[in-house]
Amino acid sequence: MASYTPTVSLDDPTTSTGGNGHIPPHHHDGDDFGSSFFDVRLRRARLGLVVGLTGIVMIFISFSSAYVVRQGLPTLDPRTGVLLHDWFPVPLPRLLLINTTVLLISSLTMEIARRQAARKAALAQLASVPGVSMHAKEEVSWLALTVVLGLSFLAGQWMAWRELAASGFYVDSSPSSSFVYLLTGMHGVHLFGGVVALLTAGAASLLRRPADSLAIAVDVTGWYWHFMAFLWVYILCLLEFVH
Amino acid sequence: MAGSTGGGETIMATRGLAAHELHAHAAPQGFIRKWVFSLDHKVIGLQYYFLALTAVFVGMFLSLLMRIHLIWPSVALPLIGEIKPETYLSLLTMHGTIMVFFVLTTAPQGGFGNYFLPIQIGAADMAFPVLNMLSFWVTFLGYIVMLSAFFVVGGAPLHGWTGYPPLSALQSAGPGEGPGADLWVISIALFCIGALMSALNFITTTLDMRARGMSMMRMPLTCWAWFITAILGLLAFGVLFSAGILLLLDRNAGTSFFVPLVVVNGQLAAHKGGSPLLWQHLFWFFGHPEVYIAILPAMGLCSQLVSVFSRKPIFGYKAMVYAMLSIGLLGFMVWGHHMFMSGMSPYSAFAFSIMTMAIGVPSAIKTFNWLGTLWGGRIRFYSPMLFAIGFVSLFVSGGISGPFLAQPVLDIPLHDTYFVTGHFHLIMGVASIFGIFAATYYWFPKMFGRMMSESLARWHFWFTFVGTYAIFMPMHYLGMAGATRRYSQFTELAYLRDLIPLQKFITYAAIITIAGQFIFLFNLFWSMKYGKKASDNPWEATTLEWTTATPPPHDNFGGHTPVVYNGPYEYSVPGAPRDYVMQNDPATVAAH
Amino acid sequence: MGLVLLVVIWLITFVSAYFFIAKTWWLPTGASAAAAGIDHHFTTTYILMGIVFVAAQVLLGLFAWKYRDRAAGSPARYSHGNNTLEIVWTVLTLILFVGLNLMSSSIWASERFRPAEPGALQVEVTGMQFAWYFRYAGPDGKFGATKPELIDPSAGGESAIGLDTTDPASKDDVVTGTMYAPVNREVEVILRAHDVIHSFFVPSMRFKQDAVPGLAIHMHFTPISTGDYEIACAELCGLGHYKMHGMLKVVSQEDFDKWLAAREAEKQ
Repeated sequence: MASYTPTVSLDDPTTSTGGNGHIPPHHHDGDDFGSSFFDVRLRRARLGLVVGLTGIVMIFISFSSAYVVRQGLPTLDPRTGVLLHDWFPVPLPRLLLINTTVLLISSLTMEIARRQAARKAALAQLASVPGVSMHAKEEVSWLALTVVLGLSFLAGQWMAWRELAASGFYVDSSPSSSFVYLLTGMHGVHLFGGVVALLTAGAASLLRRPADSLAIAVDVTGWYWHFMAFLWVYILCLLEFVH
Repeated sequence: MAGSTGGGETIMATRGLAAHELHAHAAPQGFIRKWVFSLDHKVIGLQYYFLALTAVFVGMFLSLLMRIHLIWPSVALPLIGEIKPETYLSLLTMHGTIMVFFVLTTAPQGGFGNYFLPIQIGAADMAFPVLNMLSFWVTFLGYIVMLSAFFVVGGAPLHGWTGYPPLSALQSAGPGEGPGADLWVISIALFCIGALMSALNFITTTLDMRARGMSMMRMPLTCWAWFITAILGLLAFGVLFSAGILLLLDRNAGTSFFVPLVVVNGQLAAHKGGSPLLWQHLFWFFGHPEVYIAILPAMGLCSQLVSVFSRKPIFGYKAMVYAMLSIGLLGFMVWGHHMFMSGMSPYSAFAFSIMTMAIGVPSAIKTFNWLGTLWGGRIRFYSPMLFAIGFVSLFVSGGISGPFLAQPVLDIPLHDTYFVTGHFHLIMGVASIFGIFAATYYWFPKMFGRMMSESLARWHFWFTFVGTYAIFMPMHYLGMAGATRRYSQFTELAYLRDLIPLQKFITYAAIITIAGQFIFLFNLFWSMKYGKKASDNPWEATTLEWTTATPPPHDNFGGHTPVVYNGPYEYSVPGAPRDYVMQNDPATVAAH
Repeated sequence: MGLVLLVVIWLITFVSAYFFIAKTWWLPTGASAAAAGIDHHFTTTYILMGIVFVAAQVLLGLFAWKYRDRAAGSPARYSHGNNTLEIVWTVLTLILFVGLNLMSSSIWASERFRPAEPGALQVEVTGMQFAWYFRYAGPDGKFGATKPELIDPSAGGESAIGLDTTDPASKDDVVTGTMYAPVNREVEVILRAHDVIHSFFVPSMRFKQDAVPGLAIHMHFTPISTGDYEIACAELCGLGHYKMHGMLKVVSQEDFDKWLAAREAEKQ
């Protein structure tokens, strides 16, 4: 039996009422003053990033499974009717290790930039503090350094491709070379997206956009950047060790 | 019908920061900001809806041409001329692709989901309005690219919406497999990007922007459906995107992901070692969750409508949620049932078939619960309810043919026959379209401030309900008799010639049913201007969209953040003053 | 409106069910050893699912009418559901669905988990745009080599499959456009495709298998009744998909031997 009353009541133990009568404690909105609204927006942005990264992870999981499957797949030689394996791993240029180092360092600079931006946002909540403008300069330069390192990585990847081509490995030379170009290329495209995001944040900073919005943008881009570095290491290990 | 917005207080949140949070941007001025590059989820929802509306008429027109060609193969049609076999296959390919992506994956989620998810959970907009706008325009670009495939050299591709290589990977494999096929792949890749962006928004919004009191278990089942659909999309569209990239490379860069050594028309192709089955695995890993993406929003809406229009709570709310979650989860484990005949290992086939039978269980539970909601109700037969009841009937019919196909041994005679075509059209195509129609008739008053004509709606319902059964039920008989799919003519095999009379019947039914859809089109646009003015809550429903003005203001609730006290289906509560209690009514409902 | 819904839903249900029960359009008569088992299971499935179909639609129509809103009626029953009922019908549905599947799995296993019997007749079936070719190994029991470079579909027969006539094993290979098989003897088909995916479908034999480029798929079936059986291509393969058909002629073992001998003789 149900009842309709203005008071708080009990749950029905045998069925679902779709929720009982009381208001659960809220945690979503920005009713409070102070930093909680920034917290809400930051949390939301980070949640969005995690969700977005899940989508990107699925792309690379698909490529990885295609890679593994293709390696093990024998193909029918129509001349003899015999199944043969035609997977011959590509020797990876040593340049890739240098590129990796560059990318990992860029992760470091990115992290510094991220923390700088967060600190600046916290400071900006209070009245303007002498010396804030000095921090602004430092923050931009860590960001700029990350962009430079990121672009260097991409340039290095391009050079690695040239090296592969010079050794006779093109995208269509063999299944393994196809995958090398595919995986490095897709990663490069995503990293370039991160570079664009950083440049946008840098421009916003120079245009003196609010510090809290900037901090959120740099935070999200920072985690994205770290993920790209992790993804790169994964791809390198996949290409190097799984064959 | 009562005219009031429903009772309940809302707590007026502290003006300053709450307003900022409620709506991060002020209402836009100017035509371009307001209607073209709008950041308002309501406008974006309408943009998606109207995109799907044009797509469905294109898709329907293509199928009309197909059906005409099948029974009158040598007839030359005005403007189009004679339909050659390869043209038939292009029509078929584009019909499937446009309907699946730009109608079924667009209207229910991008259209109605965008419009009503934020309102139903008490939010002022989606989490990321700029991303939302971009997701629409990327999808729109994909649509333009898809349509452009008709106009390039060679025309649209002929490899079916499933695009199996090597047929889809070799430019020489048939007319339309040149630039048309490249545009097809690019369009799909764009669609994937738009879908991923949209999924991001839906998930973040649902998790992070529910109003006070709107716990997950108080969300309307429509919100659950959009949420789970978005999760499926997030996990599935990336895989389709990858497959598309690999296919583009095979087609244009000389790689051999999917193409083994082949000889086309005596010419050795420059590929070797690839696996056509690899495409099938990747495609169907996406493709199976895709069919649930197409149907889940309609299921959520059906639950909503049978409850509202029976004046009863949904039977088994928790079971409905768990059923949708199970469908979502199991949906990723059954893709191999599209590949029983493909050359895949028969052991894998067995495993996939068990999972496939299992996924029938939550769908059955939902059907029982819809019936349970009707039982003991006081049913009001307004047009949304007609389409909801129609949905249940079609879902049952389409679902029953599933267990035939799910058993590999029975799939042997039935795979790639009209039995499959009948099955998926009923359960995915027609049922989902009924969901779209139901949603239109239900939410039209809230979106446009006017009621659609009920009498025109009834005509539309009967035409469509009887008509679609007449089209698709006979396809099961054709399939059992061995009628193979994707044949542009039935003149070459004796047993197919014998089945032509039944094919004729289907074509006549299709012509009549398609004609009936113009009733809907007329009703839609006529009612926007001349429909009877609607109150804020014409259906006497309890969910949050009915607490706000019609149409809703820019920030959805006019500065008042709703606070939720009740579940979404409190109808006919004993002791209540009316037979419905709004979700934001503080006079709480409890059961014991 | 409730009554109209009931009538229409019931009519659609009974008319649809009628055509299933009357078998107005039905599976062709089975002509293979596996057909009886498959058809029997098909019948079991369609009876059980038919009952569910009719029951669900009848209830839907009935409820639409019985629980229509009437001016003088009791208010709707306020109930959020019944957990016991949920559990009961979940378990029953699971048993029905999974049970059906397990019943069919023994047939699937016997068709697909085991290789062909040792004495089976081997026929290599090759699909290409837009024809089927059948190759018999001849007295030496070995299929000769084929070379992709030798494939010339326009020349038909041996050239169409790219037979390498320099291979001694090819000398007695017979390539035809019509498939012959002796009755009551297992046939092992080796399915291949040259260009795109095709599918070898013989409705009367309850046999279907995709022919995939890059693979040689071994399957088997046993014809048990003489006659001519149409072969259809069951995987979209291009503009000629609709006319890529063939014929399987099942004859007595004697007639088959005669036919094969005649084809061998033509080659000399």
